[in-house]
Amino acid sequence: MSEAAHPRDYGLLGVEAEKAVAAGLKSAEWYHTEVSRKDLKELMKRSNSPAIRDTIIWLGLMVVFATGAWMMWPTWWSLPFLFAYGVLYGSATDSRWHECSHGTAFKTPWMNDAVYHIACFMIMRNPTRWRWSHTRHHTDTIIIGLDPEIAVMRPPVAFKVGLAFVGILDVIEAMKMMVINVFGHITAEEKSFIPEMEWPKVILAARIWFVVYAATIALAVYLGSWFPILLVGTPRLYGAWHHVMTGLMQHGGLAENVLDHRMNSRTVLINPISRFIYWNMNYHVEHHMFPMVPYHALPRLHELLKHDLPAPLQSVWACYKEMLPAWWRQLCGEDYFIIPVLPATAKPYRQDLNNPALPAAAA
Amino acid sequence: MANWIDALGVEDVANEDVSRFDHQGRTFAIYRSPDDKYYATDGLCTHEKVHLADGLVMDNIIECPKHNGRFDYTNGKAMGAPVCINIKTYPVKVEGGKVFIDIA
Repeated sequence: MSEAAHPRDYGLLGVEAEKAVAAGLKSAEWYHTEVSRKDLKELMKRSNSPAIRDTIIWLGLMVVFATGAWMMWPTWWSLPFLFAYGVLYGSATDSRWHECSHGTAFKTPWMNDAVYHIACFMIMRNPTRWRWSHTRHHTDTIIIGLDPEIAVMRPPVAFKVGLAFVGILDVIEAMKMMVINVFGHITAEEKSFIPEMEWPKVILAARIWFVVYAATIALAVYLGSWFPILLVGTPRLYGAWHHVMTGLMQHGGLAENVLDHRMNSRTVLINPISRFIYWNMNYHVEHHMFPMVPYHALPRLHELLKHDLPAPLQSVWACYKEMLPAWWRQLCGEDYFIIPVLPATAKPYRQDLNNPALPAAAA
Repeated sequence: MANWIDALGVEDVANEDVSRFDHQGRTFAIYRSPDDKYYATDGLCTHEKVHLADGLVMDNIIECPKHNGRFDYTNGKAMGAPVCINIKTYPVKVEGGKVFIDIA
């Protein structure tokens, strides 16, 4: 990324990080819709059942589709099976990684950890690095220079957004980081958000992954077939599109450097299959306001909060119809962003909690 | 030397739940376990300064509401990332329907 393409410095060690700290945006107080302790306790309750059911379906379907692809291999009929397998490998793992990193998917900790590590491997996110990165994302959501998980920086770079749908840049970055970590190195950016006591875990995971990928390649060479590589590693490329499609909706085109999740996050209603793949993260404002509520309770949380939140967009298409023009306008003027309209029943946006440089928001 | 403070009434904390108690500029979290025993810790998570009283109590665990870090509130032990530093605990006694904590 060149300086010319991105005048704003989204790096964690740059000038914007210093500005954000000086402006009081680091680890700041955020707006929350009021919810009674009784209701919240009910919503926060943990259960193993939904996630066990969903995990059996998820992994079971992967076995079914992989078997189907194997039986049809090497004909073109294997492609539909690989397409479905790829989405479960390269996209459903994004939400499993996410939910299990919060420890909310299962009631039993070891189940969270097991699914977390499986999902991390498939989505190519070092389990320790990304646990800490996501912690920071929740502390400083879309604060420039502090949040390491800002997916679309301003002005948007179209080819990078486009390439994200086939995972190329993510995979290159993941492989680069894996090799760095395999040799026992931790980068300066990693050091900025991962405590030193956790560094050996970063290195250990990278070395285990390296062995698994090497074994997969060795098996492919031994069999004289691409099939092992199509099942391990590359689905992160050809199956990434769904998690990128849904992931961009979370914060795309919305405000930066504000302390109200209603302004920088978005809730979108989507079809049941995508909700299964995405584990209800389409309820994203709700998730950021109350991250200890499990994915299966987010629809109920949405009902409780909706009087105070912008109306959810009604489909993926509706969301992209909102985001694409906003990104286009940001190409001309990167200060532009969408301000979601609040219902009459909502409390107004708290300008005192937000960047004073922002225009007055719609109430 | 002990410094017992009258913190809450026993019914101010629901079973398997936590309540916040502020005293002279300090904040504490007071827990009632499923077996009806009371415990107290510092009120703010050691990871980032978030009130644990807004979190979730599950058996002997308190989960921070912001990043889901977990402590064993009976002994203050940090149970794993993102909390790495144990939380301070305080002696508790119940007398006359009130919960006292020793903040000495």
